[in-house]
Amino acid sequence: MTGTGMTGAAADVKSVTGRPEAPLPAVRVPRRRGTELALLVLAVLLSVYGYLAVGLAKYDAIPPGAAGYGAGLGLLALVAHLAVRLRAPCADPLLLPIAVLLNGLGLVLIYRLDQETPQHEAALAQLVWSTVGVALFIVAVLLLRDHRVLQRYAYLCVVGALVLLVVPILFPAVNGARIWIRVDGFSIQPAEFAKVLLAIFFAAYLAANRSALAYTGRRIWRLQLPTGRVLGPIVAIWLTSVGVLILERDLGTSLLFFGLFVILLYVATGRTGWIAVGLLLAGFGAFAVGTLEPHVHRRVEDWLHPFASIDAGEGPNQLAQSLFAFASGGLLGTGLGDGHSILIGFAAKSDFILATAGEELGLAGLSAIFLLYAVLVARGCRAGLALRDPFGRLLAIGLASILALQVFVIAGGVTGLIPLTGMAMPFLAQGGSSVVTNWLIVALLIRVSDSARSLPPDAYGEDGA
Amino acid sequence: MTRYIRRAAAFCLLLILALLVNASRIQVFQADEYGANAANRRGVIARYDQPRGDILVGGRPVTGSKDTGQQLRFERTYKNGPLYAPITGFASQVYGTTFLEAAEDRLLAGTSPLLSPLPLWEDFTRAQQPGGAVHTTIEPSVQQAAYDGLAGKQGAVAALDPATGRILALVSTPSYDPELLSGNERSVARNWQRLNGAPSKPMLNRAIRQTYPPGSAFKVVTAAAALDAGVITDVDARTKSPSPYRLPGTTTDLVNDARGCDDASLRDAFLFSCNTVFAKLGVEVGLGGMAGTAMRFGFNDGSLRIPSPVARSNFDTSMDKAQLALSSIGQYDTTATPLQMAMVAAAVANGGDLRAPYLVERTTDAAGNAIGTAASQSLRQTFNPGTATLLRELMVGVVEKGTGSNAAIPGAVVGGKTGTAQHGVGNSGLPYAWFISWAQAEGSPVPGVAVAVVVEDAAADRADISGGGIAGPVAREVMAAALRVPSA
Repeated sequence: MTGTGMTGAAADVKSVTGRPEAPLPAVRVPRRRGTELALLVLAVLLSVYGYLAVGLAKYDAIPPGAAGYGAGLGLLALVAHLAVRLRAPCADPLLLPIAVLLNGLGLVLIYRLDQETPQHEAALAQLVWSTVGVALFIVAVLLLRDHRVLQRYAYLCVVGALVLLVVPILFPAVNGARIWIRVDGFSIQPAEFAKVLLAIFFAAYLAANRSALAYTGRRIWRLQLPTGRVLGPIVAIWLTSVGVLILERDLGTSLLFFGLFVILLYVATGRTGWIAVGLLLAGFGAFAVGTLEPHVHRRVEDWLHPFASIDAGEGPNQLAQSLFAFASGGLLGTGLGDGHSILIGFAAKSDFILATAGEELGLAGLSAIFLLYAVLVARGCRAGLALRDPFGRLLAIGLASILALQVFVIAGGVTGLIPLTGMAMPFLAQGGSSVVTNWLIVALLIRVSDSARSLPPDAYGEDGA
Repeated sequence: MTRYIRRAAAFCLLLILALLVNASRIQVFQADEYGANAANRRGVIARYDQPRGDILVGGRPVTGSKDTGQQLRFERTYKNGPLYAPITGFASQVYGTTFLEAAEDRLLAGTSPLLSPLPLWEDFTRAQQPGGAVHTTIEPSVQQAAYDGLAGKQGAVAALDPATGRILALVSTPSYDPELLSGNERSVARNWQRLNGAPSKPMLNRAIRQTYPPGSAFKVVTAAAALDAGVITDVDARTKSPSPYRLPGTTTDLVNDARGCDDASLRDAFLFSCNTVFAKLGVEVGLGGMAGTAMRFGFNDGSLRIPSPVARSNFDTSMDKAQLALSSIGQYDTTATPLQMAMVAAAVANGGDLRAPYLVERTTDAAGNAIGTAASQSLRQTFNPGTATLLRELMVGVVEKGTGSNAAIPGAVVGGKTGTAQHGVGNSGLPYAWFISWAQAEGSPVPGVAVAVVVEDAAADRADISGGGIAGPVAREVMAAALRVPSA
């Protein structure tokens, strides 16, 4: 809606001047910061309402922390908004409100589940992490004036990403996955940060070498193979990261990296053949890992027969409990605080947080959440379309794909669409690394969308596609 | 590049669309199937999420609920639990429900569709109905009298209103407090094991779930069969009955505990409880006639519900003559629940019209609006009305000048029959003492109560006296309480 106006205005400018290289005329581009502020107020109010609903359902009373919760979330939203207003005035006005709403809703869901586990309260820690995330968001928006700067640090990013991926191998496994760094009861999941760094690297490398990838090298049947010199490094890095993740048994993230790479390669080269090769490789890899690796094999078995453990008299497993929770929600949900998704057990607040949303908000609420993600992804892709520099375009589409793939992998896992792989629902799930990373992704999307919407068409003028 | 970005974006959105479709599949199309899965605890959580409706005796609740704040939130409490346990049964988070708690479970738990004024709307809003109330037919004073009468003994009492079939008392001793089984604390499992392991079987509902050989109390049925079949036309005519009586086709002699049984008339044989006379009468009536009459009284019917299921009382339908002779005096394979024997007494008291026994007078929703009201209904015409008059005379005689004198109530007409049943291998166990009776208050047009009392392990030297001596006084107290007259 807001973007359409913007694009229309830009098109008008082009038709008036008739020359792409003409200087920007004094046409004021609608910036929509007021819209953003209004939507932010709505997002905060919705979250506070959810918080109150939990308290009223559980205790027939307004929860004591309601004012503090509302003020905290409101303050975060306001400061983030001011930073955007100051340094990214043309940014897409939907990105920040959606992030705030999802984060606020996540806090509500975690607070709601805290009521069932008084020994392990997580909402406050999550609020602290959200604050860190928003702080990082603000820093990124304030310091990063132009996303193209990141292109320069592509190799620094890839080194950083690989280090972050490898480090957890040195730490003990938690719940079967070696993806944590734990120091003093304080734990982070480095792969979360690695995915942003890797997206930057992929975007930068592919932007720089896309012509070579697309048009050089040998042709085998209908597939144009690029030269090893161009393709080699990036495939090596990609294989390394996926390999490391398989070692660490972080299958969700390896799937994410795989998808991210294939999508970016496709967008950069336009070669459908890459998709075919990617899917073929993925199929082989998935089959091999699913058959040979016992941890994964069990997940696949659970996916194929979610109720096998019930038939075996061992009671429902997590996936079965998750399906029960979704089913119990039905069309309209039980209402916040009135469901029993805590039956899922230890991962209820993290990997399975969506089951609580599904049970207590119903298909209606779940669809709303999926649509929020869809809008976030769509606006990211839109920024990519509007940008003119290949790096920016690939970065935007890469970040949007990370969100989409991550939502698909985890939501598909807990609803039995695909085998379950441990992963965090962006903004909703308990997890510091995840919420901080997602705020960073939104900061980068704000930055690229600001560039896309503030610059006249073809200002970077190097991409004709 | 734009085209490829569009395609990549479309792919991403397709992924999310797939999630939406899959979520609809689970939440709409498979919701019922998953909801009904036995491993899904939501059903049981919802079930204990609100206080259970009450079971009332004499207008007062004998049950309650307490909020534990746990996942299975409300636990059942009982007032005077041991007294009413054979009626209420228990409602346990762990072990399920029994008796009225089971039979009226949906009403008490609030899940009965009868409780919803707008079922479709409530399906939509997921509103939960508060549990309804079950008003029983039990008379507290009669129940208490029976319970007190059995104090310290192992046994059971069933009391009926013969004219309607209302159950006035169901007592089983020793009893237990059903509250011991409410909730899911560890103590519940301990109590369950202790109660189940106790040799006195406190959780056994002896009044409706245990069958005993009825012994001589069964002679009422044999007498009815003989009169109905025309084998006896004059109760005062001497019968050609030897004492001892050699069981047909065997060399076993059946003897009497009483004297004066040689060729005794039916009246005298009933008065003194002559085994020989009734064994021979049963053989003369024949298997068909005996079994037919027994079945009209309710024997061999496993489908009786009050609404709790009543154990099947047995009269074999395929026997040789010796077995038939023994069966006709309530031995061999003949067994009966106390409720069944109360039905025998009630049928006699009500002129042969056996009313269906029932325990629930009416059911209401939480606000007190009636949902169901019991209607007295005839189960069967057991025997000819003419036979009824004679049987009543015979039973009155037992109390006035026979073995049942202990049951006499001043100012009331009381008819009874004693019984002592041998049991155990080679009759090694202590005999069961029976007394079945009915009573009609002075000035009342019809008998107001029919009772069966059984006392296990009744120590006695002379068989028939023990029924009258041990079970008789209990029956007297119960009948007096039912008629609201002093018992002595």
